[in-house]
Amino acid sequence: MYLIEDKKRLNPTVTQMDIVAPLIAKKARPGQFIILRVDEEGERIPLTIAGCDPLKGTVKIIFQIVGSTTLKLDKKEKGEYIEDFVGPLGVATETNNIKKVCIIGGGVGCAIALPIAEEFHRLNAEVTTIIGFRNKDLVILEDEFRNCSDRMILMTDDGSYGEKGNVTVPLKEMLEKGEMPDRIFAIGPLVMMKFTTLTAKPFNVPVTVSMNPIMIDGTGMCGCCRLTLDQDGKKIIKFACIDGPDFNGYEVDFDEVMSRNRMYDEFERHAYEKTCNLFKQEV
Amino acid sequence: MTVIEKRTPMIIQDADERIHNFSEVALGYDEESALKEAHRCLHCVNHPCISGCPVNIRIPDFIEKIKNGEFEEAYKIISESSSLPAICGRVCPQEKQCEANCTLGIRYEPVAIGRLERFVADLHNRNDSNNTIKREFNDHSVAIVGSGPSGLACAGDLIRKGYKVTIFEALHTPGGVLVYGIPEFRLPKEIVKKEIDNLQRMGVEIRTDIVIGKTLTIDELCEMGFEAVFVGSGAGLPRFMNIPGESLKGVYSANEFLTRTNLMKAYKEDSDTPIMKGGVVTVVGGGNVAMDAARTALRLNAEKVYIVYRRSENELPARKEEIEHAKEEGVEFKLLNNPVEIIGCSDTEDPGYGFVKGIKCVKMELGEADESGRRSPVEIPGSEYIIDTDTVIMAIGNTPNPLIRNSTEGLETNKMGGLIINEDGMTSKEGVFAGGDAVTGAATVISAMGAGKKAVEGIDKYLRNR
Repeated sequence: MYLIEDKKRLNPTVTQMDIVAPLIAKKARPGQFIILRVDEEGERIPLTIAGCDPLKGTVKIIFQIVGSTTLKLDKKEKGEYIEDFVGPLGVATETNNIKKVCIIGGGVGCAIALPIAEEFHRLNAEVTTIIGFRNKDLVILEDEFRNCSDRMILMTDDGSYGEKGNVTVPLKEMLEKGEMPDRIFAIGPLVMMKFTTLTAKPFNVPVTVSMNPIMIDGTGMCGCCRLTLDQDGKKIIKFACIDGPDFNGYEVDFDEVMSRNRMYDEFERHAYEKTCNLFKQEV
Repeated sequence: MTVIEKRTPMIIQDADERIHNFSEVALGYDEESALKEAHRCLHCVNHPCISGCPVNIRIPDFIEKIKNGEFEEAYKIISESSSLPAICGRVCPQEKQCEANCTLGIRYEPVAIGRLERFVADLHNRNDSNNTIKREFNDHSVAIVGSGPSGLACAGDLIRKGYKVTIFEALHTPGGVLVYGIPEFRLPKEIVKKEIDNLQRMGVEIRTDIVIGKTLTIDELCEMGFEAVFVGSGAGLPRFMNIPGESLKGVYSANEFLTRTNLMKAYKEDSDTPIMKGGVVTVVGGGNVAMDAARTALRLNAEKVYIVYRRSENELPARKEEIEHAKEEGVEFKLLNNPVEIIGCSDTEDPGYGFVKGIKCVKMELGEADESGRRSPVEIPGSEYIIDTDTVIMAIGNTPNPLIRNSTEGLETNKMGGLIINEDGMTSKEGVFAGGDAVTGAATVISAMGAGKKAVEGIDKYLRNR
């Protein structure tokens, strides 16, 4: 059982929790993830680590309420426990030989982008961050990003805060002006990562994307999180849990991952409705 | 003495009934059947059955005790050699091991040793008092990585020798393949739990949710004071065929399909874990895992289940009983068939877009014998055809998990990724032992248990000489 030491609502659908897990807090590197189960009958879901405090022994997770499990997790309060919390899983983000970096976060993906931006800031790289949200109410971690960025651009789809438009607009402008980062990191919705990759392609800037497919065990055993990479025309199967979650954006078949992630849409819609009803009844 | 030619039958659930439930198929012997079967043993001089057993259970001796009605004594004899008798009685391929060597089996049906083992273990577990077993420990601590059959067997023998034992398990429930892989109807999880409880009562500590190679490394275990480590992390990574369409929705590895059903309990009505149920299911492969997946799919209301296997009936590697049960339940075997492509729905307007529609197979024939003496299958040109199917399950084996070898310096592996060990079970790293699928690649529960036990001798020798 793992104690929820702190809980904070970042926006109406995004919650932050600090979980007591000293072994994980000691080991976790930016880009790695954990797998949790809320209760004894729960499913296993992966969440990327949003930060950790090795001295306090806590691991920060930030999640959006998208279905039954995240809704149940959100109902847990500070001082309560979650059943299982395993990690740190996956390979840490590669930071070697990068002096100038552009980090792009979309929506709740910003939670994962932040520790990567902070790590590059700590390593004295020149950090540009572009973070995008649907509207002003959904903006998270603005101050945190500002603190670790040499330049920060905030975008909203409707222009209600920051600049109007999606994250690829300032990226394209930047690249067209000849401001070439050594590498771009894109973390957020699949469609955002896909279009970031397409935007960067004509400029030949390397793009790393953080993949978040459906997972069960997170140790390579089930093969559920597999994705197809195109390496010089050769199709190669990789497992996001042990080979990723970071991949070369130019190699990933995004359409395939998008399709696979929708495999259980119907089931999840029912489960979500059921859980909503359950909590309404209890209130 | 008259010889009873046929073995005593075991009560089994009727096929029509059992395909609608996840309860155990074979219900075991009662006392009368056990006595009757025990009397079939000839007590021949050479007792070849013992050498057929990977853990060398003193088989004629325990059968003798059954004959005398001393069932608990029989249990004691088995548990000298096996930590998990209720499990082995159910899942061992006895027809290739002890029973294959049975003298009676030369002319008649061999003694049903597995069924007798199961009878003794089940009876013991039913009458067990669940008391904590007090035990004196020595000053040595051993860490075990993985709580599957090799790790559990290793733990059981180490604690009997007085070592302090801690098992580290990556998943939330201990048991490894016994829990996530082998289905409820073949090995009830209550039985696995009972065997693990027995070990815990003897003093084995189990820590779940810890991935060795990630949460802690082997080197850190040594720093924590463990003087020896046994790696029984299993054969983790599922193989795929590398044919087009394997990433379509509706294609599972057997590991995933079985994990969702067994460990995550997707077979229960109110489960939080989704799985594709019903429709036509095609399983690729011919081993026990393929049989398990096919029979699980039937119980999840599949209309039709096919097993596609590239060789012929004689080469099917599964346990004979599982093949028979699968056939009785209505699984259709497409032997000498090999998949070449999985076909999906490509109409973006169709709600089934991106899901599996069919599997294209080519017919095979057996060609020349290869080096192993097996006739290898060759494609018959132009014989391709399509099986309409909604789900495809790949049950074509696993390769060893890379997490430990990638995080531990000085661990040598073979070209398949299996850990290399010496005759004492020690790896190339001092004090680190290994066994089971992590060494051999996918094999059987009992061979993994045998490897776990064998490593105990090596660990004991190593710690005594330190």
